[in-house]
Amino acid sequence: MYLALWRILPGAPWLRVLQLVVLAALVLAALVLWVFPTVDHLTAPQDVTVE
Amino acid sequence: MLGEILMTGGVVVLLFLGWQLWFNNLVSTTQQASVADELSQEWAESTPTASPDPTVARDPGPPAVTAAPAADTAFANLIVPRLGADFKRPIAEGIGTSVLDNTKLGMGHYPETQLPGELGNFALASHRSAYGGAFHNIHQLVVGDSIWVETADGWYKYIYRSMEYVRSSGVGVILPVPQQPGAAPTESLITLTTCNPFYSSAERIIAYGVFDTWYPRADGPPAEIATIATVS
Repeated sequence: MYLALWRILPGAPWLRVLQLVVLAALVLAALVLWVFPTVDHLTAPQDVTVE
Repeated sequence: MLGEILMTGGVVVLLFLGWQLWFNNLVSTTQQASVADELSQEWAESTPTASPDPTVARDPGPPAVTAAPAADTAFANLIVPRLGADFKRPIAEGIGTSVLDNTKLGMGHYPETQLPGELGNFALASHRSAYGGAFHNIHQLVVGDSIWVETADGWYKYIYRSMEYVRSSGVGVILPVPQQPGAAPTESLITLTTCNPFYSSAERIIAYGVFDTWYPRADGPPAEIATIATVS
């Protein structure tokens, strides 16, 4: 999977590393901004109220 | 290929734990503190404060009753020196996820319970270890500790009195007179509810405080919390 990604990316090795860093940052941002909050609400919530 | 996918999945799960237990708490704590400071600032600007004559005995009169707040809106701040020298968090109306699971709010008032200045029970809920974990160290409260509520009207001082552990069905703790259905209240209480033990919601830990006195906003912030009550 990662080997294929490395082959698909164009340019010199240092440019590919740069692209991978940018991609990783984008994936991390998507996880923190949307995926993690959604998963947090879908999984068992930590209830703090009496009802 | 399969190994790479599984390892990526494992890393994502670890990242999620880091987000839930650390990063999101850090973000929530910072944002909630700044919301609380903005509220203080707003109230301070709308009411000019005088410096009361210290030689005259203080007579604040009966406490002002807090105006009914709008749902999901911050209307007060909770200040508890025992939970941190700079512990000040906003209190919003309602105990739904829109308030509790909110990086900017995090602490909610049970809408069916009373408000500061009223006889009865001012009951609050907040997380123990997520979304800022405002009540993380609630078990460290010591009898006699002060619990302050700041509103547009001024500062209400409650004295921490006792702790109780109940099941999630223990609604008796937020009654006007806790655990006494139908009883008419004769004192004003504050009740803090959160989950127990850490990272679990098996039980609820309940802290009770009893109203002591109040400081009208026009007289300026009380000396005990002057540093945290005043926004620089």
